[in-house]
Parts: sequence; C-alpha cells; structure tokens
Amino acid sequence: MNYRDLGLTDDEYKLILDFMGREPNELELGMFSVMWSEHCGYKNSRPLLKLFPTRGACVIQGPGENAGIIDIGDGDALVFKIESHNHPSAIEPYQGAATGVGGIVRDIFTMGARPIALLNSLRFGKLDDERVKELFAGVVAGIGDYGNCLGIPTVGGEVYFNDCYKENPLVNAMCIGLVKQEEIKKAVAGRAGSPIMLVGAKTGRDGIHGATFASEELSEESAAKRPAVQVGDPFMEKLLIEACLELIKEDLVDGMQDLGAAGLVSSVAETVSKKGKGAVIDVLKVPRREEGMTPYEVMLSESQERMLIIPKSGCEKRIAEIFDRWGLDAAVIGEVTDDGVFRVQEGERKVAEVPVKALTEGCPVYVREGRVPDYYKEAQDFSPEKLPEVDLKEAWIRLLSSPNIASKKWVYAQYDYQVMTNTVILPGHGDAAVLRIKGTRKGLAATVDCNSRMVYLDPYRGGMMAIAEAALNLACVGAKPLAFTNCLNFGNPEKPEIYWQLQEAVKGMSEAAVVLGTPVVSGNVSLYNESTERAVYPTPVVGMVGMLYDIDKRCDMAFKREGDVICLLGRMREELGGSEYLAVCHGIEKGKVPDIDLEELKRLIELILYLTGQKLLASCHDVSEGGLAVALAECAITGDIGFEAEMPELKRGFMFSEAPGRVVVSLREEKLALLEEACAKASIPCQVIGRVKGKEMIFCDRKGNQTALLLKEGKKLWGEAIACLMK
Amino acid sequence: MRFGIVVFPGSNCDADCYHVIKDVMQEEACYIWHKETDLQGVDAVILPGGFSYGDYLRAGAIARFSPVMSAVKEFAARGGLVIGICNGFQILLEAGLLPGAMLRNRSLKFICDQVHLKVNRTDTPFSHLFAPGEVVKIPIAHGEGNYYCPPEILEELKANRQILFTYCSPQGEVSDEYNPNGSLANIAGIINKEGNVLGMMPHPERCSEEILGGTDGFKIFASMIKWAKEASR
Repeated sequence: MNYRDLGLTDDEYKLILDFMGREPNELELGMFSVMWSEHCGYKNSRPLLKLFPTRGACVIQGPGENAGIIDIGDGDALVFKIESHNHPSAIEPYQGAATGVGGIVRDIFTMGARPIALLNSLRFGKLDDERVKELFAGVVAGIGDYGNCLGIPTVGGEVYFNDCYKENPLVNAMCIGLVKQEEIKKAVAGRAGSPIMLVGAKTGRDGIHGATFASEELSEESAAKRPAVQVGDPFMEKLLIEACLELIKEDLVDGMQDLGAAGLVSSVAETVSKKGKGAVIDVLKVPRREEGMTPYEVMLSESQERMLIIPKSGCEKRIAEIFDRWGLDAAVIGEVTDDGVFRVQEGERKVAEVPVKALTEGCPVYVREGRVPDYYKEAQDFSPEKLPEVDLKEAWIRLLSSPNIASKKWVYAQYDYQVMTNTVILPGHGDAAVLRIKGTRKGLAATVDCNSRMVYLDPYRGGMMAIAEAALNLACVGAKPLAFTNCLNFGNPEKPEIYWQLQEAVKGMSEAAVVLGTPVVSGNVSLYNESTERAVYPTPVVGMVGMLYDIDKRCDMAFKREGDVICLLGRMREELGGSEYLAVCHGIEKGKVPDIDLEELKRLIELILYLTGQKLLASCHDVSEGGLAVALAECAITGDIGFEAEMPELKRGFMFSEAPGRVVVSLREEKLALLEEACAKASIPCQVIGRVKGKEMIFCDRKGNQTALLLKEGKKLWGEAIACLMK
Repeated sequence: MRFGIVVFPGSNCDADCYHVIKDVMQEEACYIWHKETDLQGVDAVILPGGFSYGDYLRAGAIARFSPVMSAVKEFAARGGLVIGICNGFQILLEAGLLPGAMLRNRSLKFICDQVHLKVNRTDTPFSHLFAPGEVVKIPIAHGEGNYYCPPEILEELKANRQILFTYCSPQGEVSDEYNPNGSLANIAGIINKEGNVLGMMPHPERCSEEILGGTDGFKIFASMIKWAKEASR
C-alpha cells in the first residue's frame, strides 16, 4: 500500500523515515496514517485550538483527556464531551449515528463517571429529498435505539435543515457523566510489566481506517468505504459500563481507555505515552470475530464496545471475576514496557516497532493561511430593505412550520428522555435540559447550540453567537453557565477560505467564552465535511453545561397564567441579516449578522439568574430563530395560553429579527416593579410588551392594527410540521 | 415491606425502581441478580424496564430463561405481589405469567411520551388507592408495546376484568386516537386472574415525585404497600 493512499503527504512520509531510520513496513505505515490523521492528530486545528480559554475555577480536567471535568461542589464532578460521527452517518445513517453515541459514552465512563445524559446536534439537507429523509430517519433511530438500550436519557439537542448538508449530514453526540472526584480515572499506564487487558466485543474487520476516512472529503468512492463504518451493540456497551464502573468502585485499575478511532493503535499509544512508557502487544492474543485477520487488520480495527484495562498490581483475578459475572471476555494481550517503543508481535514474530512518541507527538502541525471568501463581502453588503413586503401573518405561519423552527417532537419522542428519573425539564419545554442530581438540592442544565447560517455569513460574530446563545439558554432555565465542549464541523482546511472560517469562528468563540467566563474543557474537530459539490456551512457546535444550586429555582418557557405580564429584556431590534425569515420567505441567506454586546450579555445572564433565584419569573425564553414572533408563540403553545403583544410598529423587523442577547419573560403583574428595579440596576433595557391571555396569539401596534393567529392553529402548524414532511 | 428488584443483564430501570421504593416510599429494597434462585424473603417483586439481553430476539424472550424466573413463578403461585414494568411486562408475557404477546409499535418507532390511562378496577393490590374510573398520566417509553392476544383470550381478559389500565384521552375517552402503539383494546396493563401479578407498559416509577411532574405512579406503589401490610396483619 502506498503512503499516499493512506492519506499521508510526501513530507509526512519523509518525517516518518526520520523517526524510523528506515522504511516502515505496511503495518507501521498504517499506524502512522491513523495516528497522524486530522481526527487523531489535530494537525490542522491544533494551533487554533490554543486560542480557547481552558482555565477556570471549576475546571478539574481541561482538553487532552477522554473528556473534560468540572467541579460542581460537595465532592461531585461532571464529565462531558461532544464528538462527531459525520462521515459514517453519511454512508450508513443508522449504524453511523448509533456508534457515535457508543463512542462518546465510552469516553465518559472511561473517566470513571456514570453517564447520566445524552444530547445531540444534527444537520441534514432539506426534507423534500427522499435520501435526506432516509438519512434523517436513520440517524434519529440509530441514536434512539443505542441510547435507549443503555438506559441513558437523551435529554436535549438541536436539528437544522439546510441544503449545504444534503450529502454531508452532521451527527454530533454529547454525553455527560457524574462522578465522585476521588473516583476520577485518567488514561495512564502505571508501571512496566503491567498486563494490558482487552475486554468487551471481539475484534473484527469493521471500521478499519475509520479515522483516515473521517479526514477526507466525501466522494463517490465513499460508499465503497462502507466497511469503514462500524456496527454497534448497545447491550455489550451496557455490560461494559456496569462492569467497568465496578472496577473503579473497587479501585482495581491503574488505567482504562476505550477503543475508538484508530482502534488498538491509538488506545495503546495514548495510554502508555503519557508516562513515557512503551508497550508490546501480541495480535494472536486478541479475541477475534473473524478468521484469517492480519496483524494490520487487528491493530487498526475499529470494532465497537471494547475497552483497554491496565490492572493494578495483584487485581487481575478480581477483575476477571467481575467481567465473568457480567458475561464479558477479557484477554491479556500484552504488557507495558519501559523503553518507549510500541512493539507488535504475531506470536514469536515481530511485526511492528515504532517509537510511541513519534505516533502521539510526531504529527506535524500545519499553520495555514486563511483567505476571505468572495461570498463574505457580498453577504455583508446585502440589505433587506429593498425586499418586497410579505404578509406578516403568512410569514409567521411559514416560519412556525419551517422544520428549523417547528417542534422537534418527531425526533425526541424516539428518545427515552426520562430513564434514570432525573429529567425535570423535558425536551421542548425549556431552553435547556435540566436534570436533578439525586440526594442533593442541585441540578445540572445542558444545551447544544450553533446557528451555522450566522457562522457562515460571519464566522467571527457567528462563533460568538454560538457561545452566547448556549450561555443564555442555560440562564433561561435558571442555571449558571460553567464550561463547554465543542465540535468544530468544517470543510477542507487546506482550502484558504475554509481555514479562514475556522480561524475566525474560533476567535469569536474564544472571545465570547473569555468574557462569559466559560472555559472549554473538551472537544472534537471534524474537518473535510465536503461533498463533491460543496462544503457544509461552518458549524462549531457548542455543548454547554451549567448548574442550578437549588433545583426549585428552575424556570421553563411555558406561559403559566392568564393575565401575566410579558416583558422583553434587551433592546427591541429589527436587523434581519442571516434570519430564518429571509431564508424561508425570500430564499435568501445573506445579510449582516446582528452584532452582540458581550458585556451586556454577561449582565443579562446575571440578571436572569437573579430573577430566577428570586422566583420572580413564570416563564423565560430567549429570542433566536424566527425572532420575537416565534419566541412568544413557543411560550404560548408550550403553556397552552395565548398572548397579546404590542410592537412599536407592525413590521417584519420587529417580529422576526434574530438579534441576539434578548429574552422574553412572563410574570405576575405585582412582581413587575421588582423586575424593573432589577433591570435598571443591571442596566438591561426592560419593556412590557404584552400580556398572557386568551386562545389567540396577537401582535398589534398602537393604532390597533393586528396580526393574529389562533393558538390551536399555531400549535398544529408548529407541532406537526416535521411529522407531516416525514410521512 | 421489602421489595426485590430483579436485575437482568440489560435492565436499565432497576436503579429507578430502587430509588422510588427506598427514597420515596421509604420501604426496604434489594436487588436480585438474575442468576439467583432465592428471592431473599421479599414481600413483592419488581421486574424493571430495560432491554434484557439487548432484546435482540423478542423483548423478554431470553430473560425468561434466567434462573431467577422459576423462583418468581413460585412466588407468584403462592400469591406474592409481582409487578412487571415495560420490559418487565414483556418478560412476564414470555414467561407465561400473563397471557398474550407484544408486537412492535404500529409506528415501527420507539415512543417516549406522556400518556393518559384509565384505571378500570380499584379492587386490586395495585390500584385500590385510585378512585373508580380515574384517569392518570404516566409516561411510556418502548418500541414493543403493541399488546396482542387471540380473540378468545381477550374475551377471557374482559370477562375476568383483567385489563387494569387502558390508554385514553385526558378526559377518559378510550379510542384509537389515544392508542399510542396499536395495542389491542388500548391495553396498557393487565393482571392475572388471581390479581397478584401486574404487567404494564407505562412507567409508574417515572411519575412518583412532584419534581418529575406527576405523582400518579406513586399510588401504584402505595397501593401495593398498603395491601401487603394489611394482608400481613
């Protein structure tokens, strides 16, 4: 096999020759190829990732481990990470998505944490295409079946539809785990001579070169790479979770590492490299599912549901007992060595010998030059002023039934979101998922966010918006935003325009994260999301986690009572750049992305936390896609009560602007004075815009003109849009 | 009162049931591993939800061969209270402790939702704290909850008043529109003739606390506890 076929460049090959001092054999070359892929080596993104803030009072473990960890008090910690499974899902949606969930769950329990929540962020082409529908249905079923079987609730997520994802859907899965701080495990191999155990599923030929596959553009040949997609077995994973958590409870292991991308090669190398150790692995000792596998296939297989265990000295017997009780096979496949060399044996025969550090740290890093793409200026110059007027009610109806805005019940009804009996704000009821932490007063909140159209139009501001929206969503349910994980889904970074998008988005995200005090603790980079026709919109998905220190202070988005006052916190704005309104009603995805005042946003978040803490609010919801018209409709539909809201003027800007950093709240009239006082203190504009009432949703102006929609009608449009398209 | 919660490989509502019994109902709870043959002297058995053995064959089809199931059968034959929830219901059907079988939901999709149930009897150990004809709201989460049995068995179930819960509207109307999974006669839960074994698809353990948005499930466990305590007096 030629190194170029394995995705290595001429220069990279030369570097390998230097490390090895000789020509590598095929297996050795394969090991370099997977470890130096973008997926494992971050060779294009590493310099940019350094921009992210990674420190904060709550951070126990930042990026670099299987997942990040934050301190939530009382000796408890949350472990979380988001990861992509885009390319496998494009080829085989059900298994691709299912194994994406499996992979992220292993990252969490590898750290010793009990996985307690799943979220996902999905992107597809538009639902008027049969293949897209198949992908969408397959991905949702795959995520559902895997997570449901594990008994981990899928509590939140987002789904968007845009033509740019037609051939290259995005499937990002996030998992959150809960752990006692003293039980945290890191993937470190202790001493030379330690046995290396492999437990779980047997090794087959599935998923060979998945990491390399994930680091290429999709093309017609991609379908032929179907063997690079793995097959999931959630039952096996469930057994692994229970057995591995038992090992940790009994303190039996020095190190534990899941097998993910690049299989045994990566997990062994990562585990031993941290302490400068080496390893010897005998492929004949690896339990196999198929006959006649070569050392190459065994080492690079990405068969799912496997874990690498480095036992504490003298604990091997007890470990074997626990695995036996759970009906799992564990095999000793090698041992840790002192010499920093990764040796692979096939029985007596040595088949590979590579310095570990060359694999884990030798990967070259590319600092590329970005170039402002042509579309950027054109999009910036666009002004919606000249567009023909559209009937407001008609536009409102079209927005409520746009799949990007409509209820996602068709999706989340396929996910068990209540198992573990912790979910206290169910999907569709609040701006973020909220889970109680049993035995405490505390709750955690989590959300995934990214408006990729905004990022496309202005990566810098769009990147800021993704962080801003995530933090604001958490505040709206009453949670203090603490830290985030991200998945950077971009096109081919070797193209200067794509690199520019990546660079600008990361800058914007970092800036917002610094101001809001929310560091990044883990993440994943998925580049080369391109089909033969185009790149996807730059989609840096933010998965943010926050805490409620008193779960009774939580707040959802549903209007509660007839007669409550509705207020807008933040300015009345009318910019339409990048809005769903322009896309849905005019077929235009252009315009200036509305600016965001990060300092003001920070004050707004603190204000909302104060208001929820004082229990002043009956409901709270941020203004995002579809603007005020959609935000208020969602509050009304969820609460099953109408409203009447007065705009300065009945025009599209006020109703549909997606300018960020704004929130609509409802509250009892007698609490209004307290709200106004708090807003004044925080220097956040606050205006009464209407009342919760009746069975109609009404926008009016001072002259008495109205745009109205029956609640029942709105509920049907918004509630059934996706189900109708999927029939 | 002491509840035994059977744990099969792949059970995933075992901890939820344990939590409800121990922390909410304030009664004793213990786990019973599926390989055990002794029920440790428990007063009631819970077969929890989940995906025993991955449910790769029919749901519950492998779990019924677990050693613990013979003990559960004996326990039930002696009149002990047994409740099977979701996968537990499926296992009770496969084990022959209750009649009928489960098909895949008619939508062919997994469904997680909040549904309404009509309580058809209030003279059973599981339902005597409900008001006659009461409509309760209890969550479901399953892919195979489409109950089926031959017509003669259905007649028998009706004649013996074994259909304890039926899916219905919030107002109590039993119709196809409010049938989430295609279940025969809107069946959500049935009991055996003797009335001491209940199988139900909805999850009472998910709505036994105010913070979870409802407490209708609480009454099922409370009914069992009161019944057992009165019986032992």
